[in-house]
Amino acid sequence: MLRKKECVAMLLAGGQGSRLYALTSNIAKPAVSFGAKYRIIDFPLSNCINSGIDTVGVLTQYQPLVLNEYVGNGQPWDLDRTFGGVHILSPYEAKTDTSWYKGTANAIYQNIRFMKMYDPEYVLILSGDHIYKMDYDKMLQAHKAANADCTIACMQVPFEEASRFGILNTNPDGTIYEFEEKPAKPKSNLASMGIYIFTASKLFKYLEEDDKDPNSEKDFGKNILPNMLNKGERMYSYRFEGYWKDVGTISSLWEANMDLLGVVPNFELSDREHEIHSRSPLAPPAFVEGEIVNSIVATGCEAEGRIVNSVIGTDCVIEKGAEVCDSVLMGNITVRAGAKINYAIIDEDVTIGEKAIVGAPITEAKKVTGKTNGITVLGRGINVKKNGKISAGEIVDKDV
Amino acid sequence: MASTVGVIYSSINEENVPELTKVRSMGSIPYGGRYRMVDFALSNMVNSGITTVGMITKNNYQSLMDHLGTGKYWDLARKEGGLILLPPYSGETETLYKNRLEALKGATAFLKKAKEDFVVLADSDAIYKLDYSKVIDFHIKNNADITMVYHEHETKKSHYYMTFETEKDGKITEIEINSAKGGVKKNYINVMVARTSFILRIIQDAIQHGYISFGRDILSPGVKTYNLYGYKLEGYYASITSLSSYFDANMALLDKKVRSEVFGDRDVYTKVNDSSPAKIAEGAIVKNSLISDGCLIEGTIENCVLFRGVKIGKGAVVKNCIIMTDNIIGENCNLAYVISDKNSVIRDNRTLAGCEIQPYFVNKGSLI
Repeated sequence: MLRKKECVAMLLAGGQGSRLYALTSNIAKPAVSFGAKYRIIDFPLSNCINSGIDTVGVLTQYQPLVLNEYVGNGQPWDLDRTFGGVHILSPYEAKTDTSWYKGTANAIYQNIRFMKMYDPEYVLILSGDHIYKMDYDKMLQAHKAANADCTIACMQVPFEEASRFGILNTNPDGTIYEFEEKPAKPKSNLASMGIYIFTASKLFKYLEEDDKDPNSEKDFGKNILPNMLNKGERMYSYRFEGYWKDVGTISSLWEANMDLLGVVPNFELSDREHEIHSRSPLAPPAFVEGEIVNSIVATGCEAEGRIVNSVIGTDCVIEKGAEVCDSVLMGNITVRAGAKINYAIIDEDVTIGEKAIVGAPITEAKKVTGKTNGITVLGRGINVKKNGKISAGEIVDKDV
Repeated sequence: MASTVGVIYSSINEENVPELTKVRSMGSIPYGGRYRMVDFALSNMVNSGITTVGMITKNNYQSLMDHLGTGKYWDLARKEGGLILLPPYSGETETLYKNRLEALKGATAFLKKAKEDFVVLADSDAIYKLDYSKVIDFHIKNNADITMVYHEHETKKSHYYMTFETEKDGKITEIEINSAKGGVKKNYINVMVARTSFILRIIQDAIQHGYISFGRDILSPGVKTYNLYGYKLEGYYASITSLSSYFDANMALLDKKVRSEVFGDRDVYTKVNDSSPAKIAEGAIVKNSLISDGCLIEGTIENCVLFRGVKIGKGAVVKNCIIMTDNIIGENCNLAYVISDKNSVIRDNRTLAGCEIQPYFVNKGSLI
């Protein structure tokens, strides 16, 4: 048997996702629900298997319980393999040096032995907080064709948003001559998507050197990539065109969910050529009786109220006379009769009591300024009592 | 619970629904939007703690195999036991089995190998929930030779092969075969429990005496010679005995009570597909319907069961229909009382109608 993998993927899934507030109080960002039946991590994992990459290390650190349980043996993504497959990699205790992952580069460095087990030619570094469909194999072929040491996937973003990203300044042949991490005055609008392919030997060399550097922040964007560039390694950009969304904030998470709506949505999930796999729940089809307009309804739902422009997750109950507009309901949520939900993101296992009012109609709510730009956020497992009221833009993580 | 092995007949009573079994076996008839008929007996077994299940097949079992795979969705992909397919087994002079007894004969090797003390035999043409371990407890308590499960309900003209009378404690006193009379009866649902050794003895006996029918040659005369008991199945029960009963059994799921009884515990297992969640577009009207993943609805539907990946075009009006996986219903179509098998396309502006007792059937893969 072939004891070697051409390319191993390493998925950075340890981030806390603090800008998702109550949604990540108890779970890691990649485990946050998305699009009625998915979790964010379904996207990179599905991309891997759809690109022919069957060996994935998932690096976890922050609140990994839900994520570990969800990934399990990787079977939903066909990543249960006798050699390879998906592996959860947590920080571990070592004989001489024990530590948490200190940065993206350190997390990968601490798992250098995992990668070397597969003797890979290439290593693909991914992050677990983006929604997109991508064929990594095309990027790998470009990396090989260019005989590159490192290839960074990038896409054009509006200039006014460019300073939020790592920006690549490139020559016409695609080689990178400068890398700027979140520049105040960006020279280009080519943003790094946080997806890197390294020639494995180069990656190991730079990780080992970086580990010895006491002044390093152990970060890919700040240390590894600039170091490689300074030493004259062959760094290439790889242009991606298509849907890609960072769902690190409440409003971007809301927008990405809304991008699924419509007969011709901004982001299409029903594409059988590139299916997004997930740990599908064991629920019967959705029962629908009521006024439903331009919405997505997952299995196990009992939808009898009015639902407009919303994404309704698995096993939700929307009782007769309840109203849900412009909202994202993640899963196992009960909305009692007469309750009204507007412009909100509601996490799993929440109950909204009779005639309770959550949020305000979208046009009014958008005028509210604050951390969530008017989107009301309810955390996992809370109860909103009968006639309860939660104002637009509030973030709630305990019963009210 | 007592150690138990399960045996499922996946291919029995197919003549009752020739439309649906033309291209598949009874066990793989699609049901309820995402299930196959075999899921119910199989899930009941798993939920009763049974970890070894033999699946007797006959012909046309490709779709069944595709559905069952290794059995992982039922947690039956095991090193010890698990799901074992039992395709027809025949010598040079024999042909495919013609009845239950012959079919079971083919499973002799499987049963001999099984270390389990008890065996549950079940068909795959019915929707019900039953903890078989309770039947086995009942069986042991009564020191029965065979325990037969029945459901008591009224039928106009019994379509059940066997009905029986019991004493208060469940002891069967009389078995009637092909009863012509209707009324409230104890209808045998073709689920039985016995010791594995007892079943093996019966099979051996049947071979020696040239018996053909389980009911006529063994159970019916067995009332006198064996200790036969009847176990009452409570709750919802529906079996597929005709196209209209298939229609009714699907429509029954639109009743909240039935839905919660069958699926409330979320423990009916089935093959998982990764279709995206159902989408209801602007301008669509949906009333009293079940909608599966992958559906895209732009028209009007009422009292329908839609399987995965069904598209309902703009302006289409679909009422009282069962539309199976990956059907495309064109714009401005008008459908009433239609059962449309998988992968069919109904072109724009078509009108198709059946009636409550005689639904209109569209063959798998049709283009109308």
